[in-house]
Amino acid sequence: MSLQYFIKKLITLIITLLLITLLTFTAFTVIPGDAALLKLDMDATDEQIEALREEMGLNDPLPERYFNWLISALQGDFGESYQYSGVTVAELLSTRLPVTLLLAVMSLILILVISFPLGILSAMYAGKWPDTLINQISQVTMAVPAFFLGMMMTWAFGLVLKWFQPGAFISPSEDFMGCIRYMIFPAIAVALPKIAMVVKFLRNSILNELNQDYVRTAKSKGARSLRVLYCHVLKNALIPVITFLAMVIAEILAGSIVVEQVFGLPGMGRLLITSISARDYPVVQAIVSYITTVVVVINFIVDILYQFVDPRVKTTS
Amino acid sequence: MKKKLILFCALALLVSAALGACGQGSKSSDTQATETASSDNGSDTDTTADDGTLSATEPNISSDGTPTAGGSVVVGMTQDLVSLDPHETTDAGTRSVVFNMYEGLVKATSDGDLEPAVASSYVISEDATCYTFTLRDGILFSDGTAVTVEDIKYSIERYARLQGETSSFAQAVDSVVIDDENTVSIYLTEANSEFLAQLTVAIIPASNDDPAGNPIGTGPFRYVSYSVGQNLILERNEYYWGDLAYLDQVEFKFIADTETAFTQLLAGTIDILNYLTTSQVQTLETQYSDQFNVVEGSMHLVHALFLNNDCEPLDNVLVRQALCYAIDRDEINNFLFGGASEIIGSHMIPALTTWYEESTADMYTYDVEKAKELLAEAGYADGFDLTISVPSSYSQHVDTAQIIASQLEAVGINVTIEEMEWTSWYTDVYRGRNYQATVISFDGDLNPSDWLARYQSDASNNFFNYSNEEYDSLLEQALATIDTDEKAELYKQMQINLAENAAAVYIEDPADFVAVSVNYDGYVFYPTSAWDMSTVYLISD
Repeated sequence: MSLQYFIKKLITLIITLLLITLLTFTAFTVIPGDAALLKLDMDATDEQIEALREEMGLNDPLPERYFNWLISALQGDFGESYQYSGVTVAELLSTRLPVTLLLAVMSLILILVISFPLGILSAMYAGKWPDTLINQISQVTMAVPAFFLGMMMTWAFGLVLKWFQPGAFISPSEDFMGCIRYMIFPAIAVALPKIAMVVKFLRNSILNELNQDYVRTAKSKGARSLRVLYCHVLKNALIPVITFLAMVIAEILAGSIVVEQVFGLPGMGRLLITSISARDYPVVQAIVSYITTVVVVINFIVDILYQFVDPRVKTTS
Repeated sequence: MKKKLILFCALALLVSAALGACGQGSKSSDTQATETASSDNGSDTDTTADDGTLSATEPNISSDGTPTAGGSVVVGMTQDLVSLDPHETTDAGTRSVVFNMYEGLVKATSDGDLEPAVASSYVISEDATCYTFTLRDGILFSDGTAVTVEDIKYSIERYARLQGETSSFAQAVDSVVIDDENTVSIYLTEANSEFLAQLTVAIIPASNDDPAGNPIGTGPFRYVSYSVGQNLILERNEYYWGDLAYLDQVEFKFIADTETAFTQLLAGTIDILNYLTTSQVQTLETQYSDQFNVVEGSMHLVHALFLNNDCEPLDNVLVRQALCYAIDRDEINNFLFGGASEIIGSHMIPALTTWYEESTADMYTYDVEKAKELLAEAGYADGFDLTISVPSSYSQHVDTAQIIASQLEAVGINVTIEEMEWTSWYTDVYRGRNYQATVISFDGDLNPSDWLARYQSDASNNFFNYSNEEYDSLLEQALATIDTDEKAELYKQMQINLAENAAAVYIEDPADFVAVSVNYDGYVFYPTSAWDMSTVYLISD
């Protein structure tokens, strides 16, 4: 991988970040209401609102506000939250980020560990009963909305079986193992529908590859079918799956809004929603920047992964 | 390049999903109390002789319910706090919580009175322009330091400053003067016999330079910790001047939505939960009656179909009266609150017994024929089109609008319901007055003027565009009257005026159902924003 490639990617990240944050900024000027209006009493006089707007700098023209924000953000200062007076955005995010990251890592492990064997199994026995069974289960888990799954799990494991206590989230810094134990359930809720999708993707991708000429060549020179599968087919079949996984990871890292809500996890998704309704744009900007970075960086990692899987993909192009 | 496109789309989807979700859960309550300072002459000394013998539930001392000190409780709430600084403008939920930490010179009682708190007594001058308070002997802040008259002066002045120069509080207060080390006088710019209710402003130490981050007050509980989006933990204030709280510790836990909160209640994660829906009440009563008691009170709100009195055809009093006859308030009450709400007929809650005019409640009874007659008389025999704008995040208001729509169909009125995001509703309907009709509820403080002054023709918050000379003159007289009985008489006439002219279709003071774990007792309702935990106790086995 060349330095040139790396720099190109970095520039993409910067441009995307600029575009997205600018778009978010503009969106906030288009939607009705602003932080000053929502912060004051409903019967506040126009003078009071105007004074607060002035104080918060909401009256400055959009480009000026955006550049002010950009300059501080570049120095790592995302400012103070509007909805929680006196709390910095950094403080807010620093308590939320670990929760979302932990949830993401746990559900990702679940997805990988479960979906790969199932996908391969399903492809190997295509059309036979293990394939049909896996297919049926996948259909169901894909169709169930995350919030419903979350509610059912809370009811079954929380209220009936009492394996965990709904809402009694323990922060990872307090009791890491306790936190993991609690997070297992939301992680499953996040992972299940994704597992089903990855299984389907992997199965179809493998079946597709199995029809290729090189498979026939490999088989005709006497290689056993399992060897063909692991040495040749899987590598090629993984390319589209990796692309799909990258999307899944980006989605999970952005915070699973619904699952966080149902399980009472203090993660990023929940913060994003409350911040938008409070027109708390310093927080929204920071979260959006985070999400953008995650997506672009994962995209970057995927490009590198491609090379390992398929050396024909040139990153220098 | 294709995969990049996919990733970019994924991001765009995420952001738009998040933006699209912003309709839900606005932090502002639909009913923020307003600090309306109104004028005039004063009664002397402690004559708030009006008792609002409320719907407050007495601690129903069950067989084994002897209050004992100790234990802790977790109270669930579906919003976060706005600020712990008591002088910042906040919402009803925040005020209800910080009520446990702070007290003003006077504080609200559960029956709608004001009782001395940081002050031990007060005198209001004959002309109601000067309120003099005597500092309670030996009173301490929750950190153990003494409360001084300087702290009182500092707090009043700080509150006025933070509310802003143009706020009604800042304009009402002329000066705060320290008379001696035990007394302080507040001089008003003009006579105001109802200013006492404003002096529930929290008294905080002047020496504390971070009131939001390190809250110190004189309330029955003291601050322990606050985690944004998670919880607020308080513990008993051992320096409290009055009866000490029973519980060692109280946690207010912030939960994203009512369904999740209810699940956590059933799981035992939280012990007390407010604002239950009727279906939740049913679940508790049928399946979990051995674990929870449902305490029933009132939300102390005026829930109504508010009308723009300045817009055709609602500017015609006959049309407005027809609406009052055509809407079956009992059906709304039954559907939303299982019939537990109190039906009202004007802009006042029954809990404020001194001021409340009972006769308004049944001025209009459900009568479709009568409504049709009135419409015909007004020249709308064939009905008309009506748009009801409702904030979509409040299902209660949306449901009410839907019931009303189907009821009005019977008299030929064709209703369109326009659901709006909270902020749009607030800017267009409430501030912009650009609407025909809306469903919302209002709260208020212990002063009758706080509820009724908004109907004065040129009041800035008169978003009903109600304009009635008789009403304006009654209000003026009421504010100028010192004697409580005379005052009450005038306020009652104002309520009748609103009802007779059908300023709005007043529906109910909604019932409030609170689930309390059977291990606790002593939950009390207040007519103001207060979830008082000092009376709650753990039942000993």
